[in-house]
Amino acid sequence: MKKILILISIIIIGILAYLFNENKTETKISKDISTSTKVGFVYLTTPGDHGWTYAHELGKQKVKNHFGKKIITTIVENVPEGPDAIRVIRELAQQGNEIIFTTSFGYMEPTLKVAKEFPNVKFEHMTGYKRTPNLATGNIRFYEGRYVQGVVAGLMTKTNKIGYIGAYPISEVIMGINAFAQGLKSVNDKASISVIWANTWYDPVKEADAAKVHIAEGADILAQHTDSPAMLQIAEQNGVFGFGQSTDMSAFAPKSQLFASVNNWGPYYIEKIEALRNGKWNTGEAPDHWAGNKWGGFSTEMLELSEFKNMPEDVIKKAEEVMNEIKSGKLKIFAGPLIDNNGKEILPAGKEMDDGGLWGMNYYLQGVDGKIPG
Amino acid sequence: MDALILTIIATSIPLLLAASGELIAEKSGVLNLGVEGMMLSGAVGAFGAVLWLGNPYFGIIAGAISGILMASVFSIFTINFMTNQVATGLGLTIFATGFSGLAGAPLVGKTIPSLPKIEVYLLSDIPLIGNIFFKQDLIAYISILLIILITFFLNSSKPGIVLRAVGDNHNNAHSIGYPVKKIRWLATCFGGMCAGLGGAYIPLLLTPHWSEGMTSGRGWIAIALVVFASWIPWRIIVGAFLFGGITIAQFVGQARGWPIPSQILSMMPYIATIIALTIISGRFSKNKSVVPESLGKPFVDVA
Repeated sequence: MKKILILISIIIIGILAYLFNENKTETKISKDISTSTKVGFVYLTTPGDHGWTYAHELGKQKVKNHFGKKIITTIVENVPEGPDAIRVIRELAQQGNEIIFTTSFGYMEPTLKVAKEFPNVKFEHMTGYKRTPNLATGNIRFYEGRYVQGVVAGLMTKTNKIGYIGAYPISEVIMGINAFAQGLKSVNDKASISVIWANTWYDPVKEADAAKVHIAEGADILAQHTDSPAMLQIAEQNGVFGFGQSTDMSAFAPKSQLFASVNNWGPYYIEKIEALRNGKWNTGEAPDHWAGNKWGGFSTEMLELSEFKNMPEDVIKKAEEVMNEIKSGKLKIFAGPLIDNNGKEILPAGKEMDDGGLWGMNYYLQGVDGKIPG
Repeated sequence: MDALILTIIATSIPLLLAASGELIAEKSGVLNLGVEGMMLSGAVGAFGAVLWLGNPYFGIIAGAISGILMASVFSIFTINFMTNQVATGLGLTIFATGFSGLAGAPLVGKTIPSLPKIEVYLLSDIPLIGNIFFKQDLIAYISILLIILITFFLNSSKPGIVLRAVGDNHNNAHSIGYPVKKIRWLATCFGGMCAGLGGAYIPLLLTPHWSEGMTSGRGWIAIALVVFASWIPWRIIVGAFLFGGITIAQFVGQARGWPIPSQILSMMPYIATIIALTIISGRFSKNKSVVPESLGKPFVDVA
C-alpha cells in the first residue's frame, strides 16, 4: 500500500513539475539563431489577471506577430518585486537576452542593479524614472483616459457622487484622480469624487467591498485604479456604471462598463526592439528627468479607449470629441488655473503643468473630496 | 445601513468557513497551513463547475470536493508519510496556488451566475433583521449552522471527544484503541471541505469571475482566526465579523472623510490577533487545555 502511494505521489509530482516548467517560460527556438534577437520579459503576475499583466502579454504578442522568427522571447511570470526580481532579471541577462523589459514599477531598483552589472544588455523599465546609459524607461499617459472618464462620469451621474477606488496614494494614481476631476469639472461642477484607498493593487474581494461601500454611500459612477474586474461586477449587480482598467472588461459587466482605458504596449515594444536591431537603441533625449524616454498617450496609440457603450449618443459624441482634442494637443488637461481642494493655487492661469509637476502631485484638485492619507 | 451590514457579512463568510474547518483539523492535532491553497482550489473548482454545468449549486459541491482533494494530498504526506506539517502545509499552499492558476487559465475572462438568495417565508419581511438574517444564500446559512454543529460535536458528542483526545495526546488515544490516523484524515478532509467552500464563496457570490490568487491571503487570516478564537468555535464568528467589520468600516471612514487614518484601522484585526495570542500564551502556562497538546506533531505508529 505504502509503496503504491509513494509511486503515485512521485508520478503526480513528475507530471506537475513538467506542466509547470512548460507553463513558466516560453521559448521558441527558430532555425537561424544567429540573426534572432533575444528578448526577455518580466511579469508581475500572470496574464490570467486580465488586467495589467494581461495588457503586457497582448503587447508581447504584437511583438511576436511583427517580428516573427526574427526574435526569440522569454517570459518569466509571477516575479515578486524585491530580491527575487534581481535574480530573475540577472538570469535573463545571463541567458543572452539582448533587451529585457521589466513591467512593473517595483522592478526599478532591481533593474537598475542588474543594468549596472550587464552594460551590454539593454533594459527597458516600466513605469519608473531611474535611467542609466543602458536602462531606459517607458510609460503610458494613463491620465489622458482618466480625463475622458471624468467627462463621461460628469454627464452620466444623477447623484453627483463618483466613487473612485485607488490602490496606493502615489503620484501616478493621484495624477489619474486629478485628471478625472478636471474632466468632471469641465462638464459638471456639482459632482464630486470620493476616494477609497484599497491599499492593494489586486484583491478582488476588497475591491468588491470598496465598490459596495461606494454604492451604499450613494455613488452611481465608479472608477478604479486597481487591477481586477471585481468593481465592475459589483456595479453590474447594482445597476450603476463604471470604467474598466487596463483592458476591455465589458465581458464582466456588459450593461455597466461605459468604456475602458486600454494599455497598448505593443508599439513601444516594437519601436524599441526595432531600434536595437538597427543599432539605434538609445535612452532617448529627455531633457526633463521625469518625462520618461517613452511616455505616450492617445497620440502614440499607447493608450486606447474601448468602445463607448451604455451611454446616450450625445455623451459618446462629447467623449470622442474630448479624446480627439487631447490627441491633437488642443486640449491641455492640466492647464492653469489649477486650484487644489483646499483652495490653494497650484498653477496660475495661462501656464501648463510640465511632466515634473505631474509626477510631483501630492494634492487633490478641486472636485475631489477628502485628503490624501499619510 | 442594511447594505453595509450585508457587505460585512458577505466579506466575513469565507473567513468563517475556512476557520471553522481549520479549527476541527487543529483540534485533532493537525496544523494545516495549506488553507490558502485549499481555498484557491475550492474557488477554481466551484467556478469551473458552474461554468460547465450552469447551475450555481454545483459550485458548492465542486468547491467542497476540490478542498477535500487538496486536504487529501496534505493527509497522505503528513499522516501516512509523517512529514513535517508546517513545511507540507506551506508546500500545499504554494502548490495549490500554482495548480489553481494552471487549471483556471481557460476560465479567465468569463463570468457565471451568482448563487441565488433564499428568502425565509415571512421572516424575510421583518425590517432590517429580515434583510440581514433571512435573505442570505445557502452557503451563508450552512456556515452558521456549521458553527453550531461543531460546538455541539466537540463538547457533547462522543466522536467529538475522541477527536479532542487524539489532538491532545495521540499516544494515549492510540493505546486505548482509537484509530488516530483515520480520525486525523477525516478531520483534515473536513477542514479541506470547509476551506474549499470558503474559497468557493468568492466566485459564487462576491465577485463572479476567476482570477489567479483571488483569495489574496484570506487563508492566512483564517488560520490566525483560529488562534484568535482560542480554539472555541463561537469566537470564530466574533473574529470573522470583527475582521470583516473593520475592513468595511475603514472603507466607509474613507468615503465619509473620518479623521482616522485607514492604515490604523487596517492594522486592527492583526493587533487583536496578537493580543489574543498574548493572552492565550499567558493562560497557557496555568491551564494547558487551550491549545491541542499534540498540535503539529506527527503521529508515529510504533506498533
